[in-house]
Amino acid sequence: MSASSNMNWDRRNVLRAAMGLAAAGGLAACGSNTGRGAGGSGDALVQYFHAYGEAGVEQAVKRYAKAYKDANVATQWITGNNYEQKLFAALLTKNAPDVFEFHPQIQMVKSGQVADLSDIIDPVKDDFNPADIKSHTVDGKIYGVRMIDDPQFLFYRPSLFKKAGVQVPTTLEELIEAADKLTTSKVKGLFLGNDLTSIDRPLIWSAGADTLTADNKPAFNTDAVADGLKQLRALFTSGNLLLDAPADSWDPSALIQGLTAIQWCGMWAMPAMQKALGDDIGIFPFPKVGSAGKQSVYNGGWSMFVNAKGKNVEAAKEYVKWLWIDQKKYQEDFATSYGFHIPPRTSLAASATKLKSGLPAEGVKLFNEFGHFDNIGWTQAMIAAFWDVIANTVRKNGDPKAALDACEKKVDAELKKLFG
Amino acid sequence: MSTTTTRGVAQPAPAKVSKARPRRGLGASSTFNFWLFTGPFLIGLVIFVFVPIGWSIWLSFFEARFTVTPSEFVGLDNYKQVLTDTNFRNSLVTFTVFAAFIVPATWAMSLGLALLVNRLRFMRAFFRSVFFLPTAVSYVAAALIWKMSIFNGVRFGLANTFLGWFGIDNIAWLANPDPPWYWLVIVTVRLWLQSGFYMILFIAALQNIPRELYEAASIDGAKPGWQTFRHITLPQLRATSTAVILLLLVAAYQAFDEFFNLLGKATWGQPPLVELYKMALGQNQNYGAGSAGAVVLTLLICVVTLFQGKIMGFGRGEESK
Repeated sequence: MSASSNMNWDRRNVLRAAMGLAAAGGLAACGSNTGRGAGGSGDALVQYFHAYGEAGVEQAVKRYAKAYKDANVATQWITGNNYEQKLFAALLTKNAPDVFEFHPQIQMVKSGQVADLSDIIDPVKDDFNPADIKSHTVDGKIYGVRMIDDPQFLFYRPSLFKKAGVQVPTTLEELIEAADKLTTSKVKGLFLGNDLTSIDRPLIWSAGADTLTADNKPAFNTDAVADGLKQLRALFTSGNLLLDAPADSWDPSALIQGLTAIQWCGMWAMPAMQKALGDDIGIFPFPKVGSAGKQSVYNGGWSMFVNAKGKNVEAAKEYVKWLWIDQKKYQEDFATSYGFHIPPRTSLAASATKLKSGLPAEGVKLFNEFGHFDNIGWTQAMIAAFWDVIANTVRKNGDPKAALDACEKKVDAELKKLFG
Repeated sequence: MSTTTTRGVAQPAPAKVSKARPRRGLGASSTFNFWLFTGPFLIGLVIFVFVPIGWSIWLSFFEARFTVTPSEFVGLDNYKQVLTDTNFRNSLVTFTVFAAFIVPATWAMSLGLALLVNRLRFMRAFFRSVFFLPTAVSYVAAALIWKMSIFNGVRFGLANTFLGWFGIDNIAWLANPDPPWYWLVIVTVRLWLQSGFYMILFIAALQNIPRELYEAASIDGAKPGWQTFRHITLPQLRATSTAVILLLLVAAYQAFDEFFNLLGKATWGQPPLVELYKMALGQNQNYGAGSAGAVVLTLLICVVTLFQGKIMGFGRGEESK
């Protein structure tokens, strides 16, 4: 080593130390990025929400969280169309949310991922829609607080119906015929979502079948469902169905932009549709499939759950109680100020003036008359198995009966793992 | 600031100290320096690569649903489930089809671009950057652009607008798998994203070919163009080509983002990683079966890589050129 390079040792040592510090600092920075805000009073909680499409919802959720004084609640707003996958993966890690919104699914109860919330719901149990209590109950314990009910049905443009001389369809044949008459060179007749998975359960119910029986056996594998799938396949290849739209069916864009005359969507989209189309908007339930079927509406929605394996289960329960049981003002704001949702609390539903007249009132009527709620035993794995049926038989020309049999096998295996 | 003079005066003093100092501070300096420089990387490698691989192998022998710390040992059941799963086997076919499209296409395209850019007399840096830029784009972002603006199914989608000029009906590129237009979407997006990077590798290799070879060839009467390309350029690029093809195969094996974002809830066109994601991290949350699939996939990749190395002479050093 030459003398001059030796002289540089000092500088190098300093540099090394500095780099070491920088690296350590970088690692420390990684470790602290847990999404929890620093400072504030009480416990730190993290809540997961899927990204609602309506403007202002994210701000509202953060505003409610900020108003809570007993804990510092950070909100993670999960964008993308795979909320459930991100949630499931996150729940296994140390950075899991303390509270999260999801749908009632029994595997989360069986695997001990969601906490029993009976003690906070029981005092106000009678104020909830009984169906919303039932769909969250396992062995007498209630595992989630319903925040909103979201009926889903078909939206249509009465002006286009009039022009084409089409009546509101009540059977799947009529719907397919209407789609044919309504299709022009610019406008497609019908939009059921890009992959048609959002009408999975309505198809089953409208065909007079069900996802599962009362004692948790598969109930969807019927000839009527198979025939419905066959009819949908004919619709898919007819050229009357809007496919590969830039926004999927949960977003009202396709109808608003005049890409389609009928669209499957949810009540949440009503304000946006009314703003864009005024009175030229109507709704009807998913039509009857086969002769023994009955029209149906999917009463979806979102519920709040507490991560039973979280660090602050009690604090998280307190927060859920505060916001989704006690703060009726926020609940009403959440249900009616952005998109329209039906409040699961009967007292709130009765006082929600925005849902009392016009199109929203009609939505509430369909919700009550034709609605089917979630079955807690119908889990994400089973939902995905039925999505495969739709992909294989409607988008691909697979045999419906064989696809339903394969699906039943998968569902049976799941049921066996869940219920023994 | 020190001048030359002061430096000259000051130098002898630290030189004396330096004899002792490195030995005191950095006694086994080469060993210490080795760990200092490789340590952070090795720690990362162990934590983020070796531990997960080990954990995955361990998980693959357990019934691990909704947990990564299972207790129920099930032996080879998960392997049996994965190997008899038609979806998993189909995913290997999907991958093979995908690789058969994308590897030669990217190889030819990046080599072509490299040859073109290399021949440019001016604005070479500009074109090099232009073709390289897509490499910096995220796969997810590109997939969404391809899905929502270029290949959407409505009349104002770019591809459908273009076809509309010739009176061709709108095509549902992704929703309808028959005919399988989705391959066009998937292959073009990856081609756009990765060609630029391999072009740079080829440009570097092209610039390394000695000019004398071309001069000698031209004296021997070789015509410029195809003849010199075929007999000089291509053989000289052999090492680079081998590396590029290997890298492309590995990248194809890792394909996930564009398939996941473009095909969504389809049952076709699912490469192994998407299939494993669905199994382990998606709806099913079956970490045991997912890990078993990952182990099977890892073994397959090892075998293919070794086999390819044997055929193409990768890593044989200088004589392979």
